[in-house]
Amino acid sequence: MIKIVKRDQPSKAIFFFTPVLAIFLTLIAGGIIFYILGFKPIEALKFFFIVPIADKYGFSELLLKATPLCLIAIGLSFCFKSNNWNIGAEGQLTFGAIVSGGVALLFYDQEGLYILPIVILAGAIGGMIYASIPAILKTYFNTNEILVSLMLVYVSKLILDYLVVGPWSNPEGFNFPETRQFSDSARLPLLFEGLRIHAGIFLALAAVIISWFVFYKTYLGFQMKVSGFSLKTAKYAGYKGKKMIILVFLISGACAGLAGVGEITGPIGQLHREVSPDYGFTAIIVAFLGRLHPVGIIFASLVVAITYLGAETAQIFMQIPKYTGQVFQGMILFFLLASDYLLFFKFKFIGSKK
Amino acid sequence: MIVDINFVGLIIASIMASAVPLILASCGELITERSGVLNLGVEGMMIIGAISGFALMTVTGSLIIAVFGAMLAGVLISTIFAFLTQTLITNHVATGLALTIFGIGISAMIGKNFVGIPGKEFPVLFEGLKDTIPLLSPILFGHSIVFYFAFALPFITSYFLKKTKIGLIVRAVGDSPESASNQGINVRFVRYACILYGGAMCGLAGAYLSMIYTPQWIENMTGGRGWIALALVVFSTWNPIKILIGAMIFGGLTIIQFHMQAIGVRIPVQFLTALPYIVTIIVLVVISRDSRKIRLSTPSSLGKSFHKDN
Repeated sequence: MIKIVKRDQPSKAIFFFTPVLAIFLTLIAGGIIFYILGFKPIEALKFFFIVPIADKYGFSELLLKATPLCLIAIGLSFCFKSNNWNIGAEGQLTFGAIVSGGVALLFYDQEGLYILPIVILAGAIGGMIYASIPAILKTYFNTNEILVSLMLVYVSKLILDYLVVGPWSNPEGFNFPETRQFSDSARLPLLFEGLRIHAGIFLALAAVIISWFVFYKTYLGFQMKVSGFSLKTAKYAGYKGKKMIILVFLISGACAGLAGVGEITGPIGQLHREVSPDYGFTAIIVAFLGRLHPVGIIFASLVVAITYLGAETAQIFMQIPKYTGQVFQGMILFFLLASDYLLFFKFKFIGSKK
Repeated sequence: MIVDINFVGLIIASIMASAVPLILASCGELITERSGVLNLGVEGMMIIGAISGFALMTVTGSLIIAVFGAMLAGVLISTIFAFLTQTLITNHVATGLALTIFGIGISAMIGKNFVGIPGKEFPVLFEGLKDTIPLLSPILFGHSIVFYFAFALPFITSYFLKKTKIGLIVRAVGDSPESASNQGINVRFVRYACILYGGAMCGLAGAYLSMIYTPQWIENMTGGRGWIALALVVFSTWNPIKILIGAMIFGGLTIIQFHMQAIGVRIPVQFLTALPYIVTIIVLVVISRDSRKIRLSTPSSLGKSFHKDN
């Protein structure tokens, strides 16, 4: 007989094992879905998860997609650790892209080393401004940050649409919904000839290192952890709750804004309607899959980035719609949450007595 | 300028029509939340309902099968949420987000073969009475059965919560699961039922969009309505009658958009499209400012897991 027993303490080993289990279960469920759709499951999974990263170009594309995911997820981990549900990173990314893109356009006919730092800074500030809206409304008006941050995603995309169609559209662009190309000085340098991977990856790595330091080596990290566990305890300990909320939103807004800069000054090189294939939403899954741990987030961003590439490859070679990527992302999160059950409960085998 | 009174009636009717999916989804979610469960997967459940309804209509040709099939699809997808949050005690917010991402993905996957197929005409009731009363006729007559159901639903929901025993049990579970459990109420069962009911209503809301309102299948066609429905529940302070008012305001914003464009008002179309989202934020701020009132009307255990040790 099997009995389910509550653990005295959440198991640490299982804490880092369940993400692996979740990925494994997702692969099985994915195989079943492919089978239902009429494909050979193993072959389809190979096209989805192995073929896209089998060569040098594919690997560069993997890092290219993992970079914004990692950067945003690091920022979100600040929010989630302290129990702030910022789910509007996609909007903060878009607004960061708008502000930095606007600055880059000011310098469109200039060259100089000073341009790129200004553009990057502008993106971070843009993301912070946009993230401060749900933060301020939450702290001073008691407004639900989930709904506000999400509504702002739609608004940011419409602002971007307005700008690239209207005032910022390329005067020589035959009315295409896009701006001028940025000058080369406003572009993040490519790391290798012929590959799209760019210097933005260093921004992500810097974010990983800084966040690790903040989480585990500073008093601020400790405060965040405590207020995440219990707001009451944090209040007893005399932490300034409001400041904390605004701070974590600003950090995650800056990260999302930087991810936006990385996209438009990296692979895109101008502003147009679609600056991000929902990186801001997918990064939520990355943050959870990485257990809100900086190193875990690196691995998680690589795993989830494959779902983007796999969806593209599967679309080209097997005519499977590219939305399959989202199905996989949703399933990873489902399985991850489900396997968390093992953190708190264990199965106990009891010899049947008759 | 002479304004045709029937034209005014038509505008009001079109506002009501665009309010229908919001009312259905919000009333469903309201019951779920009243039992203490926060399901952020409304958008995902709606889009699943939309594709299921449209696909079933195209494949079977039966509108009845399609409508009930869409509701069943909403129930099935919300079962995942119920199982995770109630049996495996997962976090409500994260699980709801997963549900939305999963729902949008899987609906696009199924919907691939249904893009560009024209919808069917959905039968309307009381069409013969359409020209009888000025102003009121277009508002009252000539709509689908789902339309009438949606406008009755807030009143039914209100009656259910206030006057029936089961409604009392739902509220008890939401406000104090511990004492409800001590009274011998199976908290988990009640919450399961409320989640599945919410799923059915969201499925119906989606089917209304793809089968009656639009009517065709477009990827991502819910376009944030699920999130606005969630906001409406907060706006209503968990009172179904106020959902009706809120949904009419948002329906109005959507319709005004079209008419402003039609009469050539020089406001960027993107601003008008953003209006419902901006107004949602403003309304949320106004409603939530009074933190005491929000605390009093929010189901006390909303979003908190309940686990009864053996």
